Amino acid sequence: MARREFLTGNEAMAEAAIAAGLRVFIGYPITPASDLFEYLAEKLPSYGGVVFQAEDEIAAINALVGATYAGAKAMTATSGPGFSLMAESLGLAAMLEAPIVIVYNMRTGPSTGIATGTGQGDVMQSRWASHGHYGVVVYSPWSVQEAYNLVVKAFDTAWRLRVPTIVLSDAVIAHTRELAVVYEPGEVKVADRKPPREPPGEFKPFKPDPDDLVPPMAFYGEGYAVLAESLVHDERGYYTTDPENYERLVKRLEEKITRNKHHVVSSEARYTEDAETVIVAFGTLARSALALVKDLRKQGKKVGLWRPVSIWPLDEEGLSKAVEHADRVIVAEMNLGQLYREVARILGPTGRKIELVPVLTPELPGPDELLGYFRKAGVEI
Amino acid sequence: MTVQVPKLEYRHRVDDLLRTERLPHVWCPGCGIGITLQAFLRAVKALEAKGVIDRKQLVFVTGIGCTGRASGYVRLDGAHTPHGRPIAYAYGVKLANPKLVPVVFSGDGDLAGIGGNHLLHAARRNFDMLVIMVNNFNYALTGGQLAPTTPHGAYSTTTPKGNPERPMDVARLVAALGANYVARWSIHYPVHIEESVKRALPRRGFRFIEVVSICPEIFGRHIGFRSPVDFYERLRKVAKVRKPKALEEIKYDWEDEITLGVFVDKDEPGYMESICQVYNYDWCKELPERRWSKQ
Repeated sequence: MARREFLTGNEAMAEAAIAAGLRVFIGYPITPASDLFEYLAEKLPSYGGVVFQAEDEIAAINALVGATYAGAKAMTATSGPGFSLMAESLGLAAMLEAPIVIVYNMRTGPSTGIATGTGQGDVMQSRWASHGHYGVVVYSPWSVQEAYNLVVKAFDTAWRLRVPTIVLSDAVIAHTRELAVVYEPGEVKVADRKPPREPPGEFKPFKPDPDDLVPPMAFYGEGYAVLAESLVHDERGYYTTDPENYERLVKRLEEKITRNKHHVVSSEARYTEDAETVIVAFGTLARSALALVKDLRKQGKKVGLWRPVSIWPLDEEGLSKAVEHADRVIVAEMNLGQLYREVARILGPTGRKIELVPVLTPELPGPDELLGYFRKAGVEI
Repeated sequence: MTVQVPKLEYRHRVDDLLRTERLPHVWCPGCGIGITLQAFLRAVKALEAKGVIDRKQLVFVTGIGCTGRASGYVRLDGAHTPHGRPIAYAYGVKLANPKLVPVVFSGDGDLAGIGGNHLLHAARRNFDMLVIMVNNFNYALTGGQLAPTTPHGAYSTTTPKGNPERPMDVARLVAALGANYVARWSIHYPVHIEESVKRALPRRGFRFIEVVSICPEIFGRHIGFRSPVDFYERLRKVAKVRKPKALEEIKYDWEDEITLGVFVDKDEPGYMESICQVYNYDWCKELPERRWSKQ
């Protein structure tokens, strides 16, 4: 039964994972994600799931990949320094098409940064942390409720597309307490694997279905002798240096996301119907940006907000529609311009003026403070 | 250039555990990995014939390196993971489906070098898995660089004046951390390796078998061995089977003695049973290690 609870973002994301069918949580302590781990350590075993504290984040992500191949819905939660350690095997997860879920609570970077501060410096890292070209899906919530919804969605996307999926949250959501509607396992819809259709011996573990480009998945223990090969592999999972196979594999790892993007992308537009200026912001900063938009509307200014919910890939059509009547687009984010580059790439050719407001602070600014950062950047509004 | 490989008519007794279509393998003439792998596969066949294990429950996980390539040839569920991470991957396999039995098969550089942290903690936890480490004294796949197991003074491609470091006695270390089963053999003892696998595979807790190998192409050349046989004979002289009374008596000294034998053989609860002492999971009664070790 759905119930309303007053939860922190971390608690809500833990609840969401339980509802989505989490069987294995593997963590390593890090601020601001440890209390998500602690919450699951209390609660997950009563749902039949296992929590495991790994010796480091490297162990955690490799174990997650192994867990998915053994048939379990598996998740970890971390922050920037931990995610940096996971970089190598994020690539493993992409290469093996392992449906792992990572809750990534951004904090102030770079390096150890300010462990208790918030941040948005990891937009590019969440997409490109590992070497080589591969695909991931990244969602960014702006509230406790949305954090809950997106963790459920992340499990659905991960298992539907066999792709590592990241919920790029932040320190503010992690520890903010808000009302959220939560569910029990079985009450939310989450995709399961496509089981193998051929018998052992004929089944090829990396042979994609032609329509969605996602290969059916055999689990360990089912008699398929599945080889999860980290090297470039053919459809059987066998290492090969064949250039045509390489091209086909790397293209597919990305294309299976773009081809299925109707399952993946989402965004929200507010006050954009007549907006001459559109502010683009994501995550918790978008809440301050929305408050600022409302203040500016009261002054009669035609300002709107567009916020991406899926960051990678972005809802490009949604963005283009939101700025239909706007000749100015202002990207406000808590870094020196990461989402900005994507917005400029998409809208640059349209000739619109695209400005950046960097908000470099370890604390989430309110609307008035945010306006201060606009002035600091020389962006009139 | 394409190499014409003659079609194999000959069948080996472990062929059904191999992806024979992947042969020939990458290993050099004289390499000891094949001896170790065959001993493992023979043990699997023997245990299966006795009805002790089911190969469908085995997950064969390797890391990066010459030994790590074994997963590409073994017809079991398995994974070829990034460098140093097979033990970490195996954690997840076991936690997700406790009915599975992970077997980690990798090299000294992979397990004791870059993956050393996982080895320490898996042994400390007595985590249920069998780890077979082929110790070839060097990083061979990358061209013969220094490993944590390279003897003091030995030449490698990154210590051209001789190794200034002290090597790690991996088996002794794992024994000190409380693993249930620790043995070390050299490739001169394939039957002993097989017997160790037969004893350790159907067992709970962390089981570790080190196999000291020769690496004539990549390491042997640097330290002056003209042929695999010279290296084989030299290793045979220092590799001594003993029953040490204490861990301190175990030696890993290329100039004196590399102690071989079974160093630890006990049956304490593994990690999975330890969590079953706290939580009553459905699978607690069905742990294969519990059933197999009773047979």
